[in-house]
Amino acid sequence: MLAASGGVVRRKRFDRLFVVLGMLVLIAALAVLLALFTDLVRQGAARLNPDFLTSFASRRPAQAGILAAWVGTSLIMLVTACVAVPVGVAAAIHLEEYAPKNWLTAIIEINVTNLAGVPSIIYGLLALGLFVYEFGLGQSILAAGLTLALLILPIVIVATREALRAVPRTIREAAYALGATRWEVTAHHVLPYSMGGVLTGMIIGLSRAIGETAPIITIGALSFIAFLPTPPFTGEFPFLSFAWLGDPFTAMPIQMFNWVSRPDPAFRVNAAAAGAILLGMTLLMNGLAIWLRHRLRKTFQW
Amino acid sequence: MIEALLLLAGLVAVFTTLSIVWILVTEALPFFRRVPLGDFLTDTMWTPLFAEPRYGILPLLAGTLVTTAVALTVAIPAGTIIAIHLSEFASRRLREVVKPALEMLGAVPTVVYGYFALAIVTPFLQKLIPGLPGFNMLSAGLVIGIMIVPYVASVSEDAMRAVPTHMREGSYAMGATRLQTALRVVVPGALSGMAAAYILGISRAVGETMVVAVAAGLQPNLTWDPTESAATITSFIVQVTLGDLPHDSIGYQSIFAAGLVLLIVTLAFNVAGFLLARRFREAY
Repeated sequence: MLAASGGVVRRKRFDRLFVVLGMLVLIAALAVLLALFTDLVRQGAARLNPDFLTSFASRRPAQAGILAAWVGTSLIMLVTACVAVPVGVAAAIHLEEYAPKNWLTAIIEINVTNLAGVPSIIYGLLALGLFVYEFGLGQSILAAGLTLALLILPIVIVATREALRAVPRTIREAAYALGATRWEVTAHHVLPYSMGGVLTGMIIGLSRAIGETAPIITIGALSFIAFLPTPPFTGEFPFLSFAWLGDPFTAMPIQMFNWVSRPDPAFRVNAAAAGAILLGMTLLMNGLAIWLRHRLRKTFQW
Repeated sequence: MIEALLLLAGLVAVFTTLSIVWILVTEALPFFRRVPLGDFLTDTMWTPLFAEPRYGILPLLAGTLVTTAVALTVAIPAGTIIAIHLSEFASRRLREVVKPALEMLGAVPTVVYGYFALAIVTPFLQKLIPGLPGFNMLSAGLVIGIMIVPYVASVSEDAMRAVPTHMREGSYAMGATRLQTALRVVVPGALSGMAAAYILGISRAVGETMVVAVAAGLQPNLTWDPTESAATITSFIVQVTLGDLPHDSIGYQSIFAAGLVLLIVTLAFNVAGFLLARRFREAY
């Protein structure tokens, strides 16, 4: 009541002060992002050249590159996307379109919410115990891809559910009225209309997975690899090989962590260069997702 | 057929939770067979890889709590101010620019934040605090704080926007200014939702790994002083798995015991946050 007894002029001044304070905090937060990116680019500038992308890690900082790291990251992302997207979309369809309101559905929903809050390193321990030792997958690309797939599953499920929920009920009812089965309604109408939202969720999920370091350190990613995994394409029938799934690997964030934690400042430059590329990739993916969401909101107005 | 497949996909989430609990418990059991629970909870030294190992979780827990506390001193004020600003003051256009930008801030890979703490924040702090070691919990905590600002801001803002407009209008009609309405009507109305945001932020800070592994040092150290270097539960796990430990060694088992403690702490926070968030949704 104290402020209320003051004059209107004074109270209005507090309003303006708060606006200024709010803007300052916002600008400070965003300045961090800008400062971080420019610092990475500036510090890493000396190493940001094509050679950096085509060389293996090396003990000599000036010759070290991220070839094995970006190839490893790409292959892991391929596995992650191939597992997380179908499973996540199917789970979301189950929860939104099929699930009856019973205890089982409630348990699934609680688990999805809860998994989103589990620290990523716990997923690493799960993968170490389950994938690496129990299933005998070893410290392989497959184990890493599956780990990150479990990690981003809640993100894909939540995004897909939101997209499905945004499709109005009238669309479903119209399809049912024409004699479509529940699966036909879902597959021919609801899912195609929510594709944009599903895609956005997938990109956000993968951008999270691409920067995750802790879980793949835990399962035993190597930070010094001077060879590439078995190529997925072969010269003879059946032209595709899945041997790379079992290969040991390194990844972008692992490589960066390795360089950051070395005392030699020359490696700090490499870390900055790798960081600039990694940050550039995540910002690009997030930007794409944001743009997509924005466009969808304009295209679909039910 | 299709229904069964879809249900199976949904059950993956349940299986994941069960496997997490199963793996952590079964791998930690042999550890607790060798180390009495009393020692684990009260011993003040954590040196499982030494010749004379001691297994007290307290130093790791202290490291985790100190970095989390530092993070909250940044994230709670900044996150709350941003949330009030976006929900009560900002124009629609400003919001449409700022929200995606904040989302980007939250998407920065944690290892990049680790670099930020070690290579930018620590040298800056060393100018302010002479004698600050190159690895310290202060710098790691501050950066974790920046990292969770977008998260705290977005959950708090959701809570504030859930406060019905007619309550604001009532306040304006009584002659209150925007700030008075925000602080005396909207914030009290959104309080449990904001508490949920803070608690979920705490749970994030507790589980954060790479920033502390890079910038806080890896030496377990029972201290409450943020300017010292210390290991956390998460950075200990990283340190052990970087080496090559045999599958059935006690060092290997100790990371699952540490992981179990981490899971219990974050789970407690998550459940509390979830319950609070549900309460605020039912309020109107």
